[in-house]
Amino acid sequence: MNVHEYQAKELMASFGVPVPQGGLADTPEQAVEIAKQLGSDVCVVKAQIHAGGRGKGGGVKVCQNIEEVKTAAEAILGMHLVTHQTGPEGKLVHKVWVEQGTDIASELYLAVVLDRGAERLAVMASPSGGMDIEQVAEDTPELIFSTRLEPGQSIWDFQCRQLLFGCGLDAGQVRQGTAMIQALVKMAMAKDATLVEINPLAITGEGKLIALDGKINFDDSALRRNPDIAALKDPTETDELELTATSLGLNYIRLDGNVGTMVNGAGLAMATMDVVTQAGARPANFLDVGGGANEEMITKGFEIILDDPNVEAILINIFGGILRCDVLAAGVVGAAQKIDLKVPLVVRLEGTNVEEGKRILGESSINFEVAGSMSEAAAKVAAVLGGAA
Amino acid sequence: MSILVDKNSRVVVQGLTGKEGMFHAEQMIAYGTNVVAGVTPGKGGQTALGVPVFNTMAQAVKETGANVSVLFVPAAFAADSACEASEAGVELAVVISEHIPVMDMIRAKAFLNARGTKMIGPNCPGIITPGECKIGIQPGYIHKPGTVGIVSRSGTLTYEVVHQISEAGLGQSTCIGIGGDPIIGLNFTQLLELFRDDPGTEAVCLIGEIGGDAEEKAAAVVAAGYPKPVFGFVAGLTAPPGKRMGHAGAIISGSKGRAQDKLAAMEQAGINVVKALGEFGATVAAKLK
Repeated sequence: MNVHEYQAKELMASFGVPVPQGGLADTPEQAVEIAKQLGSDVCVVKAQIHAGGRGKGGGVKVCQNIEEVKTAAEAILGMHLVTHQTGPEGKLVHKVWVEQGTDIASELYLAVVLDRGAERLAVMASPSGGMDIEQVAEDTPELIFSTRLEPGQSIWDFQCRQLLFGCGLDAGQVRQGTAMIQALVKMAMAKDATLVEINPLAITGEGKLIALDGKINFDDSALRRNPDIAALKDPTETDELELTATSLGLNYIRLDGNVGTMVNGAGLAMATMDVVTQAGARPANFLDVGGGANEEMITKGFEIILDDPNVEAILINIFGGILRCDVLAAGVVGAAQKIDLKVPLVVRLEGTNVEEGKRILGESSINFEVAGSMSEAAAKVAAVLGGAA
Repeated sequence: MSILVDKNSRVVVQGLTGKEGMFHAEQMIAYGTNVVAGVTPGKGGQTALGVPVFNTMAQAVKETGANVSVLFVPAAFAADSACEASEAGVELAVVISEHIPVMDMIRAKAFLNARGTKMIGPNCPGIITPGECKIGIQPGYIHKPGTVGIVSRSGTLTYEVVHQISEAGLGQSTCIGIGGDPIIGLNFTQLLELFRDDPGTEAVCLIGEIGGDAEEKAAAVVAAGYPKPVFGFVAGLTAPPGKRMGHAGAIISGSKGRAQDKLAAMEQAGINVVKALGEFGATVAAKLK
């Protein structure tokens, strides 16, 4: 789960990480009010959406006076902010974060990340802050410093010193940075964060370290034991159909094609999307109805898929494992009748009692195309749509 | 021949008396798996499916000589149970449970590593040596004894490949679902090593997906010289970046973990890459016959 910059900063501040003073506004008037209370000449108005690259897209404005804060907030609130991470349609900005301007002498990069290969947390730092860190890693790998934590243990001071002296900080700044890294590691472990990123981490003209941005990814599997984190979820950041699907217990991701897919199992669901594409059509979604698909889940799956107006055909690909194909076929027929299916449907069943399953599909009043293999299923869907989707 | 498990494996089911545990343990026993014990804290002294239930793994291992554990334990307690299995001295813990917090798994994996316990999973279908023993939730009937080793990050996608290989007239030595989480037990690389040394395995299939770099590491092992043909597939060519595709570990982060890069690494290493999933069985059969 992702959170907004302002939420990340508030959480980091609660662990002792210095962040600029600021406030959240959903109207230009509120933004002005916050700027007045902050009492600083320079303020920054920042769009709060879950995407990087906000500055380049016009979602971050440095303002020299109250009038400029008003103008910036008016421009940003309600805009469809387009960045390299939002897609061409952009994201509607509902809220802005207004904070004190910072006198920036230099910018660093700092992150606590899950290192999958090493099976532990790692901390990365770089003196090349404010830039795309993947690009820095590619162009100037010598400017990336990293250290790995012992599983379940906190970070040692020497590890922080290695990173921070590596970044060229002086002794006083290294002391501040060490405290900051230790706070971030403590937060990551306490709140099940798999990524905590500060980019940029500023060193001010006075030599103070302060987090100018904040990005945190939380482990979805741990939200149950972190209700305070779960409460930070912003439903407006998630596709409506994906929200509905989650509440139904379905694993659904909306895509931009026109072939609705319904599959049991995540890997097979991805492979089905790939096969649909290879056949010349485009998947409208990823949908995993679970390894043990039944009529209830299939009915819910139909409802979600058909709520997407782009869907012109549906492909069901079920590998009947423990559940028998005849039971699954009856489930598909029952669900299709219940929702009065209007778009063409191709069904591919495989597994125990597959012949009986196909007979049930064949004898039903609903117009099915039955496919024997995945390739055949995808080809039939593409054909139904006239070949080129 | 096989790797890791066979007809002599003595299996203890952690979480036996729960709904999932009972259902799948019954199927495992029906397949011929030698299930010797169950563990559910607080239900020690009972009997379920004809096997004794113990309060602790230590008791279960001491009384029954169990050497493999399979976990049907709720996610919140699964990492703890895996550590208990390790401390009790089993050689292999097969963790079926899904949605285990990754911070728990970091600690549990280090605990198991320190004691030399192997793990399969979590969030996986388990391991099966066809005709000998099934430890997990796989549909047993699609498997046939044979000489193709299969390793996969996915569940039903594995069944699809197993089924195709059986339909093509071949069979499997051992099939392992290694799990869809960011941190897992045995990985492609380690299992390639085990299959290399198994005289009963003639070829190995790697079923990968987006996220992480397990496929690239496996490709490096094969590139360094591997004595048996290897076949590879990667799901998620059309997956959008930044979205978790069902599995917690199946996510493209920035430019990392993309299917096309994994396929390229596999191809370069000399792995027989299967692009159309529907042709997997036929491709393997054509090479081995």
